[in-house]
Amino acid sequence: MADAIHVNGLVKKFKHFTLGPVDLALPQGCVMGLIGENGAGKSTLINLLLGLKRPDEGSIEILGQPAQSDSAALRQQIGVVLDIPGFPSVMRAAEIGKLLSAGFPGWDGEKFRSLCEEFSLPQKTTFGNYSRGMKMKLSIAAALAHDPKLLILDEPTGGLDPVARDEILDLFYNFIQSPDRSILLSSHILSDLEKICDYIAFLHEGKILLQGEKDGLKETYGLLRGSRSEIDALPEEAVKGLRKTESGDEALVLRRYCPQAEPVTLEELMVYLLRYAKGE
Amino acid sequence: MTIIIQNTSPLPIYEQITRQVRAQILSGELKEGEMLPSVRALARDLRISVITTRRAYDELEREGYIQTVAGKGSFVGARSQDLVREENLRQIEKLLSEALKLGKATGLGVKELSEMLALLDEPEN
Repeated sequence: MADAIHVNGLVKKFKHFTLGPVDLALPQGCVMGLIGENGAGKSTLINLLLGLKRPDEGSIEILGQPAQSDSAALRQQIGVVLDIPGFPSVMRAAEIGKLLSAGFPGWDGEKFRSLCEEFSLPQKTTFGNYSRGMKMKLSIAAALAHDPKLLILDEPTGGLDPVARDEILDLFYNFIQSPDRSILLSSHILSDLEKICDYIAFLHEGKILLQGEKDGLKETYGLLRGSRSEIDALPEEAVKGLRKTESGDEALVLRRYCPQAEPVTLEELMVYLLRYAKGE
Repeated sequence: MTIIIQNTSPLPIYEQITRQVRAQILSGELKEGEMLPSVRALARDLRISVITTRRAYDELEREGYIQTVAGKGSFVGARSQDLVREENLRQIEKLLSEALKLGKATGLGVKELSEMLALLDEPEN
């Protein structure tokens, strides 16, 4: 199976921040969630993938082609939704559709219209007067309307209410019904990623802290709630994070040392590895 | 096919699927030759990842309960009902022999254990 995204030894240096070296692989047909704190480098990485920034070192291949190539054929195959949707604020949905149809030879105007309808986007309101949720939905409709093979989305569910998030999750599931399509998305709403993602890449201070199959991560790590003596009895290398309280401790543990540990959510995994990390 | 995923279950999701499919094959709810939803459609319905769903199907296929035909889909295999039954009997035998061993170590014979079993079978009030 070819990789939809393949990143090798990627480094980008800024004055106060360095991203990388990052290695990343998203197999075709899969969904990868990019998680990490604010400022961990998620948006920088996405901008590099899109060729909006140039790397200092390393290589990026998107759908088998170098990301830096200005090939229109490659642009055609990627649907992009950025954190801050950037359409002219004076335009209405139909006008935005017309604008985009000029840029994308494979633009499907009918699909764009039906998605806008499905999302109940008002036709007479200008983009500037849309709510955050409407702007995001319009961006996603625009990203899907030229039939891409790969969706790259930066915080697509950020600032959306649960109902809107649910609708968007459905769209993503519909998108990946065909096995040649892939998605990379970054999000803070980890419960969304928990559902759809096959792979998780965990960025921290510009580096990949953890990367792998989501199911594998969830099998590797567990949460143990217990008394201090119980947790102290575990071997040193079994405990990866520890939160101490007066009423008992909670530890992020490796399940192979501790099969009784409870399943851990991605949110707990992230918090324990960052805030309560132990041993480093 | 009805699959219910419990997020609070200690069982991994793929195992919840395989167990429920096996149970439905045994009960006859899923019949020989019946088509299962595609991996991606089931992932969407259950709101889980494609890899998780594929793992469940792979496991069921490896154990001989389902067959996947490229381009057509996955189907309940021939004799899979017998297969589930045999597997369950094997499990029961294993668990009972463990109970028997534990019983002997505790000084309980087959008679006492059978009584215990009968008691357990009585509906709780």
